[in-house]
Amino acid sequence: MENKEEIIKVLIDKINNANDLKTLNDLKVEYMGKKGIITELQSKIKDIPNEQKKEYGMNVNEIKNAFETNYATKETELKTAELNKKLESEKIDVTLPSKRIRKGSKHPMTRIREEMEDLFVSMGYEVYDGPEIETDENCFQKLNLPLGHPARDAQDTFYLENEYEAFLLRSQTSTGQVRVMEANKEKGPIRVVCPGKVYRRDDDATHSHQFMQMEGLVIDENVSMADLKGTLELFSKKLLGDKTEVRFRPSFFPFTEPSVEVDVSCFKCGGKGCPLCKQTGWIEVLGAGMVHPNVLRMCGYDPEKYQGFAFGTGLDRFAMFKYGITDIRTIYGNDLRFLNQFDRKDD
Amino acid sequence: MKLSRKFLSDYVDIKDIDYAQLAEDMTNVGNEYDECSKLIPATNLVIGQVIKCEDHPDSDHLHVCKVDIGSEVLDIVCGAPNCREGIKVIVAKVGAQLPGGEIKAGKIRGAESNGMLCSIAELGLDSKFLKEEDYKGIAELGEDAKIGDDPIAYLGLDDDVIDFELTSNRGDLLSILGMAYEVGAIYNRPVNEVDTTYEEEGLIDFNVEVETDNCPMFLAKQVKNVTIKESPEFIKNRLIASGIRPINNVVDISNYVMLELGQPLHFYDNDSLGNKIVVRMAHDGEELTTLDNEKRILSSEDIVITNGTEAIGLAGVMGGLSTEIEETTKNILIESAQFNSIKIRKTSKKILRSEASNRFEKGIDYKRTYLAIDRCCNLLEKYADATIVGGMMEYNTIEDKENKIVVTAEKINKVLGTDISYEEINDIFRRLGFTVYGVNGTFEVIVPSRRMDISIKEDLIEEVGRLYGMDNIKGTKLVLPLKEGSYDKNLRAIKNKMTDMGLDEALSYALIPETEVHKFTTEEFTHVNLADPMSEDRKTLRYSLLYSLKEIYEYNKARNLKDVCIYEVGKGFYKENDEYKEENKLACLMTGKYYLDIQNSNVDFYTIKGIVEELLDYLGYNGRYTITTGNVPVELHPYQSAVIIMQGKEIGVIGKLHPTVTKDDVYVFEINLDKLLQNKVSTIKFKEIPKFLKMVKDVAFVVDKSINAADIEKAIKKAGGRLLTNIELFDLYEGENIQPNEKSLAYKLEFNDPTKTLTEEEVMPLFNKIIDDVCKSLNAKIRN
Repeated sequence: MENKEEIIKVLIDKINNANDLKTLNDLKVEYMGKKGIITELQSKIKDIPNEQKKEYGMNVNEIKNAFETNYATKETELKTAELNKKLESEKIDVTLPSKRIRKGSKHPMTRIREEMEDLFVSMGYEVYDGPEIETDENCFQKLNLPLGHPARDAQDTFYLENEYEAFLLRSQTSTGQVRVMEANKEKGPIRVVCPGKVYRRDDDATHSHQFMQMEGLVIDENVSMADLKGTLELFSKKLLGDKTEVRFRPSFFPFTEPSVEVDVSCFKCGGKGCPLCKQTGWIEVLGAGMVHPNVLRMCGYDPEKYQGFAFGTGLDRFAMFKYGITDIRTIYGNDLRFLNQFDRKDD
Repeated sequence: MKLSRKFLSDYVDIKDIDYAQLAEDMTNVGNEYDECSKLIPATNLVIGQVIKCEDHPDSDHLHVCKVDIGSEVLDIVCGAPNCREGIKVIVAKVGAQLPGGEIKAGKIRGAESNGMLCSIAELGLDSKFLKEEDYKGIAELGEDAKIGDDPIAYLGLDDDVIDFELTSNRGDLLSILGMAYEVGAIYNRPVNEVDTTYEEEGLIDFNVEVETDNCPMFLAKQVKNVTIKESPEFIKNRLIASGIRPINNVVDISNYVMLELGQPLHFYDNDSLGNKIVVRMAHDGEELTTLDNEKRILSSEDIVITNGTEAIGLAGVMGGLSTEIEETTKNILIESAQFNSIKIRKTSKKILRSEASNRFEKGIDYKRTYLAIDRCCNLLEKYADATIVGGMMEYNTIEDKENKIVVTAEKINKVLGTDISYEEINDIFRRLGFTVYGVNGTFEVIVPSRRMDISIKEDLIEEVGRLYGMDNIKGTKLVLPLKEGSYDKNLRAIKNKMTDMGLDEALSYALIPETEVHKFTTEEFTHVNLADPMSEDRKTLRYSLLYSLKEIYEYNKARNLKDVCIYEVGKGFYKENDEYKEENKLACLMTGKYYLDIQNSNVDFYTIKGIVEELLDYLGYNGRYTITTGNVPVELHPYQSAVIIMQGKEIGVIGKLHPTVTKDDVYVFEINLDKLLQNKVSTIKFKEIPKFLKMVKDVAFVVDKSINAADIEKAIKKAGGRLLTNIELFDLYEGENIQPNEKSLAYKLEFNDPTKTLTEEEVMPLFNKIIDDVCKSLNAKIRN
């Protein structure tokens, strides 16, 4: 076949000149179709003398291969181009706002409460939150605050209508102590924290008539004041940072004996003195002590056999410290611009 | 309680102790202080003498003076009318810090002035201690004042004061003597005796009758021929340092002894009083004019002192006007008594909290009741020229009982978690003035009557802890058997889920107005009120949380924050059969945008319904609840709200707020969590993944508009049986080609058999049965 080179050159030119898939497809018909150039060349083999058949066949194959190879290359090229064109037409503005649901937030008091719960749960404590309407007995009397006790004045209590000195809104979560001890009746050990809402007649920048406390109680046969200190040291370091130190000052609470007020080294200035700690380097965060034997006895425990510690703290104060909130009313104001700030994990 | 250094020094030697350090050391044993300061903080003062005083040439009242202050002679311009040559004065030198500011050198109308001559009022004493003459002119010191000396010391006002914030159990520290014992214990120093010596003449002629249990002790002593005059300097200055205004020697002595010994006293003008006192409870409505010239209406809760016919004093709180000590008083009856602390507290809360009532409220050592009356006699004899009448009227029902407590060193260390030696404990008790008998590690401690706060061994343990130093206790690791801690996982799961679904958790007040408590619920209940609310807005405990959420919505809307999606978990309160009940509730409010895209589509009923379903399914209740039409609160839109039913019981409501509640499109729901969580949820049980392909068929029903989608679904399910594994509503159509009273709902039905691949022949009869059943039961047609 003397014009093989010519045929291949032409077909390559034609393929290369095809600018779209349709033109390219037409070439396939032109060459490979029923009456296509290559098809015709193939069918002519029968007219070729036997001794030339082999060479002729090889030439036709060479032409066919040339077509197919070039065709495939061109087809890929054109398809890619076409796809790219399509993709380009689909261009979007990736900087437009996303489709999502709004971000939810957990209230800072819940965050603080859960943080504290988790810490104590990890130490084997149970979390208990009793009723908010309580008896005078559970809120005061069984905590060694009999009727007429002067320390009751400090907790201006909300009594319920027609229930003076009978039913009240709990003024402290220490009620949890009473309930847990009575439920366990003379069985140790007890390890419990009682976080929850409490109510007192008070409303200003640092006091809200509704706020949150957490009571802790540990009872067994050998639980000591030193254990209390160890526990609060761990608690303070976890919650306020590893460098936090704990200081005990003797104090008085009717439900503990001995009693202490617990200061932590100021987490803002590290103890050097600043406006937050009023230049003292210390911040009072807790009241604590060894459960008063009268309380143990009234709640069904033999003070000769059992002893333990209790502590109580205001969670609002911790939230205010942690997040730098200065007015407690912000916490209960439910302004979305406040709530929305608590929409992510922290530390 | 203000503690004067000078006053304290009468009873314990603290010469070598820095007063600020004493304040710290007292705090460390449990007596916190507020402030420690000088009685007169002014600086750079010196005694001077005016050696020359001429009128200022350019002024009608100023004087140009030369003042000798020992080291030099100062030129000072002074405007006081009493300024004259020869008087000894208080000079504030240049640089002196006075409450009015710093003294600077300068020229006053051309005349050089290098300091200031001071009046008493300019030194910084509280105005309640100042007399008229203290303001009128400069202070004129006595002839004995030494030029160049410190005038504050000359006046006896060179004192330091610690203001203590005492705990309510330490009534014994409301006295100088009590403080001296405490300070003595800290520094291991003896406490001086109180001088109670005096001469007596004649015999008392007076009667005391006590007709109430609320006065366990009443002592009376007569004193004759007193001279009423000004108190000596030291009494006046100590009263001032303690915050009490000096009046005259007799009144001052009663206050002085109260401060010194902690026993409030009352002095009556014996001639106005007569010769009899009867102590009783007041009659309801009984009247008494008290010292402050106020007419008081008494009740049977108040203890009164009477002269046998009428009230002359409100026991422990305030004396009566009729028997007041006056300039002309000659003869005095001294009362030193004990009254029931609870009664005093109630009366004083009503009338006036005073130094006296504060002490009675905390309780007083009965030995001080005796000591105080003798101390009064001692001082009245010395400083009021009194003649003390022999004998005393004594009513006393208080038993003189030894307060003996036994405690072991082992118990002390076991409670404190310490290793304090027997000797050290013994020493602490001794320093506190306790009498100790000890054998074999056991202490028998006799506690003096002044320490009324100590009655059990734990109190002694606290004393040891206090003086050993609570802060010296080393923290130890609590060792208890291992146990898994626990908390309420459900409540936390609910909050997590709600937050994850894009809602903000709110925290609002449980107290709401009474007028709102029955809203947002159809339930009948007895609500709970406070006895004495702070305001009408915080009177009643809420039953539903939705009122609070609506308030929060309105608050935020007023601040132009209109996309509000919030929830709260809290309690609802009510009373039932004389029992107070509280139930956990979850409430949610949604309005404005929930999806944050540029479509700006707002929350609708189906958005909030999705929240409920997502939550309930998450909690494991999938398929066990329905949201359906029912009896909804009138605060909700009657045709865009529903009830949430769980296993036949209503557990909540959901819907749009009624246009009379708000004009905006606001959606809410509330679920009673206690009712919800009663329904137990099992752990997730794995179901085999279908091995065979499912077959899907579509069908659209045209039904009357009044038919609920839930009814159609129910009918499909019923007809489909076991092989029908899923139903999905994929199109809801009303409009063209459909009658106006009709709607079309198109469903995708999935069939699956766990044992084999279903064939067309098997599914078709089932599919046709579904169509037939739905058409028949709901009068539906197939849409082609």
